[in-house]
Amino acid sequence: MGLVPTIIEELRRIVGKEDVLTSREALLCYAYDATCLQHLPDAVVLVANSREVSRVLALASRQRVPVVPRGAGTGLSGGSVPAAGGIVIDLQGMNRIIEIDAENLCVVCEPGVITADLQAEVERRGLFFPPDPSSLKSSTVGGNVAENAGGARGVKYGVTRDYVLGLEVVLSDGRMLQTGGKRIKDVTGYDLTRLFVGSEGTLGVVTRVIFRLLPLPPYKRSLLAVYPRMEDASLTVTKIIAGGIVPTTIEIMDNTTIRCVEDYLHLDLPVDAEAILLIDVDGERETVDKQVPVIAALAADNGASAVKVARTAQEADSLWTARRAVSPALGRRRPSKVGEDISVPRSAIPAMIRRIQAIAMAHDLMIAIFGHAGDGNLHPNILCDRRDAAEMERVHAAAADIFAAALALGGTLSGEHGIGLSKQAYLVAGMGEVGVDVMKAIKNALDPLNILNPAKMFPEATGQ
Amino acid sequence: MTDPFADLREDLLHCNKCGSCAAVCPTYNALRRETTSARGRVSLIAAYLAGEIEATAEFEELLYYCLSCRACAATCPNGVRVDRLVLAARAALVARDGKSPVRRAIFGRLLPYPGRLDAVMWPARLYQACGMRGLVDRSGIIDHLPGNLSVYGQMLPRVPIGPAKRAVAGLSHAHGELRGRVGYFLGCAQNLAFPDTARATVALLNLAGFDVVTPPDTTCCGMPAYAYGEVEVARGLAERNVAAFSRQALDAVVTDCASCGSFLKEYDEVLGDTSRLASQAEALAKRTYDVAEFLAARGMEAPEGASSGLRVTYHDPCHLIHAQGVKRQPRQLLQSIPGLMLVEMRTQGACCGSAGSYALTHPRVSVTILGRRIEEARETGAELVATGCPACRIQLEFGLRKAGLAVRVRHTTELLAAAYGLDRSLAKSTMSGT
Repeated sequence: MGLVPTIIEELRRIVGKEDVLTSREALLCYAYDATCLQHLPDAVVLVANSREVSRVLALASRQRVPVVPRGAGTGLSGGSVPAAGGIVIDLQGMNRIIEIDAENLCVVCEPGVITADLQAEVERRGLFFPPDPSSLKSSTVGGNVAENAGGARGVKYGVTRDYVLGLEVVLSDGRMLQTGGKRIKDVTGYDLTRLFVGSEGTLGVVTRVIFRLLPLPPYKRSLLAVYPRMEDASLTVTKIIAGGIVPTTIEIMDNTTIRCVEDYLHLDLPVDAEAILLIDVDGERETVDKQVPVIAALAADNGASAVKVARTAQEADSLWTARRAVSPALGRRRPSKVGEDISVPRSAIPAMIRRIQAIAMAHDLMIAIFGHAGDGNLHPNILCDRRDAAEMERVHAAAADIFAAALALGGTLSGEHGIGLSKQAYLVAGMGEVGVDVMKAIKNALDPLNILNPAKMFPEATGQ
Repeated sequence: MTDPFADLREDLLHCNKCGSCAAVCPTYNALRRETTSARGRVSLIAAYLAGEIEATAEFEELLYYCLSCRACAATCPNGVRVDRLVLAARAALVARDGKSPVRRAIFGRLLPYPGRLDAVMWPARLYQACGMRGLVDRSGIIDHLPGNLSVYGQMLPRVPIGPAKRAVAGLSHAHGELRGRVGYFLGCAQNLAFPDTARATVALLNLAGFDVVTPPDTTCCGMPAYAYGEVEVARGLAERNVAAFSRQALDAVVTDCASCGSFLKEYDEVLGDTSRLASQAEALAKRTYDVAEFLAARGMEAPEGASSGLRVTYHDPCHLIHAQGVKRQPRQLLQSIPGLMLVEMRTQGACCGSAGSYALTHPRVSVTILGRRIEEARETGAELVATGCPACRIQLEFGLRKAGLAVRVRHTTELLAAAYGLDRSLAKSTMSGT
């Protein structure tokens, strides 16, 4: 395929010669995200400001060239993979934090700011940006907005969507749209801000974000509970929340995950346990110090065989060692893994885990389940070897079964990774016919030429 | 010709492209381009091995953006040896066209441009002293070095007249009860630029109860050659060092250069099973220690005396923290100094951008990376930066001077030796002004 030379020339005029990449070497580096799905773009454009984005989109519209916005390429659904070729707009150069407004508890920034950098900057001023996707050290906030990224703190603090107050978006024809602003209350017109959050680059390119902030919680404590029975772990979670305590995070690891981590690090984990819960509580010191013993007692009363409460930050860190080691532990077990991201009502977690275990058995696969028990978002990771075609077929069949099981329990396809390329085939099952029709109507209204991240999200959208 | 990739091909399969390596990659963070990120390099190498791209000039150029800091490999959740992949790819290119960029640089990029020559004096001296000596001599660079050094000339430490080797060569005896006999590996940079460090290290080891042997016949560790894909040159140097230490009966080999230490520890892999010195190389690799690692493990009584009141921050050399996992030990030793206040920088394990000759081959990137490190050092309000690598020291001294900061840089052993009162002149220069 390839772009005609006049388009490349024009791109160079817009952003400068150095910032248009067309060599095969460079294109290869912008072909992937963290799903390992790959497709070469025809050009990569490194933009410096929203005016450049606008001009690139106007050009792409005139020439009917696909455009894929890209942050750090750490997404887990293929959102930034240029599946239909075309132009990748790399937004990493737009990485200024424009204003931290302590009076209005908000921050204005460009999309290329790294999530962890934004957090560090606001925390230096005693403020707090809670969304914490696990890739936050490399992910960009623009990517977080486009994918509506979540994280472990979702149970208490929600997800990216809950912090977006306003956006600047470049539309498919190059026009600039401002939505929302520095205001908590705003019912003027449709809620356009939310429309773009999680739209996966299919409706526009976000070039500026206003995020809501919170005061930084001054204190945090951690505890860990071991359960011989999965159901008891889930019961504890329900009891904690029913008791009026909302922990910052409630992470769960199933038996397969525990065994993988133990084999990797030899931490003396209980390899017969069906579940481990890892719970963080944050807030004012007096409150947290009152809540921790209540949680510990609830865990013990509801079937935990052991409860460890960290007394120091160092002890808390060591409690988290096992959870942090999940990814490396799984990586050492098998060469590849397919990480799913279903989300179910909190109370359905034991049933969901049982079903996934049965699916693993049925397809003769190893599936490690861990995730965010507090908000119902689980990450069944199917361990595999990409070179083994027969095994990969079983992996895809198991993934389909997992989606079906989640939907049957009142859940959804994806909690925080998005649809992108990896789940588009299941969209109708997840959204319903009418839901997909409404999405299509919106897509057609905003991107009538289908140049914005085509080949994504919709079941019939395909590459080329 | 052995396959430079060998078992590394399996590593490529384990890369899930999660981007964890990019988060810690200094060149990616400085340039924000995927083409100069650790993950990008892995992808390019995979594409090269799969025949999807040729060994183009651009491929080589992108490979040489890597500083070999190894932060990527240390952080990769799947244990992918990203740094090794890059070195293997460089070696493969050298094996293919028989010329490494260092040769081409000397002949093609430096000699024709007198303005660039001043920049090369430091590595030129280093290379003259070590494995590249033949190359450098043939290049005639030494004759071309101008008298007045400008720009990058600021970077050069004052090269002492008497190299450290003269001061510490041979045997120096333990104080008090003998706890063992160790070899000291004197790296080129320590020898050329920082004889004080070498003396401090040996004196400390003596104080800790060890006889120290500095063999006269060691040479460059070979890492610079290896980094440029000149594997055979590196192997020749490694064999000389293995032989030099094999002639001595030693409990351990200790060095105070982070890079040399990391490379010595890998001599078994560098030389491979086929070397005639394979078993000796393995023995040497196993008993090599960084000086901080060694002293912290063997233990020594804390220095006594008046509180120094010195505010110090510690810069982790990449080849200590990432390559050798030595992080706690130098801090532990520094904190044993009465009254010394250790203030951590915002990040630990961030590269200073030196990477040996990288500062000269990629000045723009190097200075960008350095700038961040200097800013973090400034924030601590430290009067002194301690570190464990001569190349980091040169780079940090350059950056601090450029930023107009009156902050000194010293090797950990120099601070310790001064605290133990081992060397009065050292104590003066280390503890009270430059």
